[in-house]
Amino acid sequence: MGNEAVVKGALAAGVDYVSGYPGCPSAEIGDEFGRIAEESGVYAEWATNEKVGLESAIGASFSGLKSLVNMKSFGINVCSDSLFPLAYTGTKAPMVIFVGDDPSCHSSAQSEQDSRGYAYLSKIPVLDPSSPQECYDFTKLGYEISEKFNLPVILRSTTRVAHQRAPVAFDVPDKKEFKKGNFEKNPHQFSTMPPRVMEMKTELLTKLEKIKAFAEKSKANKIIGKKTGKIGIIATGISYYYVMDALEAMGLDLPVLKLGFFYPLPEKLIGSFIKGKSKILVAEELDPYLEKEIRVIAKNVNPKAEIFGKNAGSEPSRRVLPETGELNTEKVALGLIEAFKIKTSKIFKTKKAGAQIPKRYPRLCDGCPYWNILPVIKRALGQDLDKTIFGGDIGCNMMAGLPPHNMQDYMFSMGASMGISHGVSRSTNQKVVSLIGDGTFFHAGIPGLINAVYNKSNPLIVVLDNRITAMTGHQQNPGMGKTVMGGNVEMVKIEDIAVSCGVKHVKTLDPANMGELESAVKEFLQKDEVSVIICRHVCALLERRLKSNPDLGKFYINPQNQ
Amino acid sequence: MKTFNLVLTGVGGQGIITLVSILDEACLVQGYDVKSSELHGLSQRGGSVITHVRLGKEVFSPMVAEGRADLIIGLETLEALRDSNFSNDKTIFLVNKHSMGFPGYMPEQEVAGSLQKIAKGGLHLIEASEICKKELGKDVLAGVYLLGYAVYKKLMPLKPESVLRAIETVIPEKFKDINIKAFNLSEKHD
Repeated sequence: MGNEAVVKGALAAGVDYVSGYPGCPSAEIGDEFGRIAEESGVYAEWATNEKVGLESAIGASFSGLKSLVNMKSFGINVCSDSLFPLAYTGTKAPMVIFVGDDPSCHSSAQSEQDSRGYAYLSKIPVLDPSSPQECYDFTKLGYEISEKFNLPVILRSTTRVAHQRAPVAFDVPDKKEFKKGNFEKNPHQFSTMPPRVMEMKTELLTKLEKIKAFAEKSKANKIIGKKTGKIGIIATGISYYYVMDALEAMGLDLPVLKLGFFYPLPEKLIGSFIKGKSKILVAEELDPYLEKEIRVIAKNVNPKAEIFGKNAGSEPSRRVLPETGELNTEKVALGLIEAFKIKTSKIFKTKKAGAQIPKRYPRLCDGCPYWNILPVIKRALGQDLDKTIFGGDIGCNMMAGLPPHNMQDYMFSMGASMGISHGVSRSTNQKVVSLIGDGTFFHAGIPGLINAVYNKSNPLIVVLDNRITAMTGHQQNPGMGKTVMGGNVEMVKIEDIAVSCGVKHVKTLDPANMGELESAVKEFLQKDEVSVIICRHVCALLERRLKSNPDLGKFYINPQNQ
Repeated sequence: MKTFNLVLTGVGGQGIITLVSILDEACLVQGYDVKSSELHGLSQRGGSVITHVRLGKEVFSPMVAEGRADLIIGLETLEALRDSNFSNDKTIFLVNKHSMGFPGYMPEQEVAGSLQKIAKGGLHLIEASEICKKELGKDVLAGVYLLGYAVYKKLMPLKPESVLRAIETVIPEKFKDINIKAFNLSEKHD
């Protein structure tokens, strides 16, 4: 799998320190490191959120340890505040930052984000692999670039690459011992205090020029297929394979420039590819960043070239690929036919099932403790149910928004329910019941909770504490007293945090006691201040996994908490 | 050899990802290039799960294009119908006669009728869940049973030995025997 190949690549590069926050499609990286860290001489952790995860790795890098940070697309939004200064200070020991985007939002609420955009904001190099083999190769390449130029490198993957399985050739690294770093004081380099920060920006721009020259020569960019011809294709990421499949299906041989570097772009290589061509199709997932860059390059080297893709600039007829949703072979084939006026009988014919097929929604697992919580909240609300506003958040509690529950009036980003529920509560006389999971509470819920207390609103916050970050595949979090490497730690109690934040009405209960939950909801709905109910019951799926495979207990059961 | 396109579909929790791992490993054993695609997280939680496996000499995309599947294995009847857009007139459907209902589910007969109409290349409607429950006490083995059926009836270019070796590699020790039993049980199926 692509993500497993990233782990192998990092091991081959000699990674010492792994941090991050789980999300789809990235979580397998941290999970795998949790399992193998000890035997591989690597330190691995799940941070409370991506910002803390990145900062943790920055500390490791400044102390001389090779680091890997892993997160999903939106994780880079969370960590961006520290990402930008990191570009200025640079790294000491090399660092690769893995970001998994999810075109078509298969596993992602929020937005169809293209994280490559961060290259422009942060000026950090971005590599874009197509296959598990490239996930391995580009992870190693990322460390090479980072080591050479003292900048972190972003390895940007997408669902169809991250969860793509294919054979991978990899080296088995030598046995490695745990490494302790040494922080050598150097505030000149590690503190972004003005006016020094302006010098740092200049240093960054100089590094980028050098990396650009490196990218021009890199084997990560290559030309495939016929060497000559008036028409050609530029592709990156998984779209490259859709192009190759479409060409094969139509029996065509065209020159294809495959780009592994997204930032900085090998502009000379692209320029020489465009020269002499009259038509170019650009195939890339998500936003047409590459296409726009190529249009600019073409203006200089070959102004008459027609650039086809998703955006098409001022020529709507050159918009031959959709901007919404992931690409696939069929869409790329249609784009090629339209752009290059290909006459072929070999287009992709499909047939739809005759009947309208009803949608099967994801649902709470059998035995999930949430099955108790949601109906009991509804029952406690009684006649006020329709008037009550339900805040939703990221994680398994997202399912509250689906039938048969339909208890979600808004859902945004990690921890956002806290802020929005406060805003609704402040702005109206309506009662707000706000749902959030334990992992999300630790991630970004706490500042919102403090804000609601401080600025005096009165939502009822129900924490659905199933003792685990469940949706992304059972990752440890501070509430369970376990680390990703299986270490026992103090269990951080959500009720203690709520009390410390100034919440006066806090109750912790097991939702199996439905009567207790119902009366707690009824009681707290009468309060004029913020109230918090913590429904604590372990995830049913985890409970079953532990029963069928007791060896997993090492990673999930802390004997001190039993 | 032309790339062989398999679509494997069902409902989250039916063990589809494990089946994909077995298939991938079996392809490697047999010396094929192979690529597969799957989804995790929200898309796995009791919702529809569709995975793709492509094997051949050199495989590019991990995704089967619409209308290009050689074989569609459905672990749930409605899900097989849902993904029939991957079929053409030659595509073979191997479908578990097993409904996992939800409010608004189509009448079972209507699902089977639509499948009959669409599967011009052949439809094998097998009560795999029921057989596995009766013979092995576990209906979650239906996927491995159907995989055995596909291999023994030569619906796909994999040899039984390759898949058995893959099961040995992929499945944890504790569950190996029962998976091998499920795989071999299908050999006796008519």
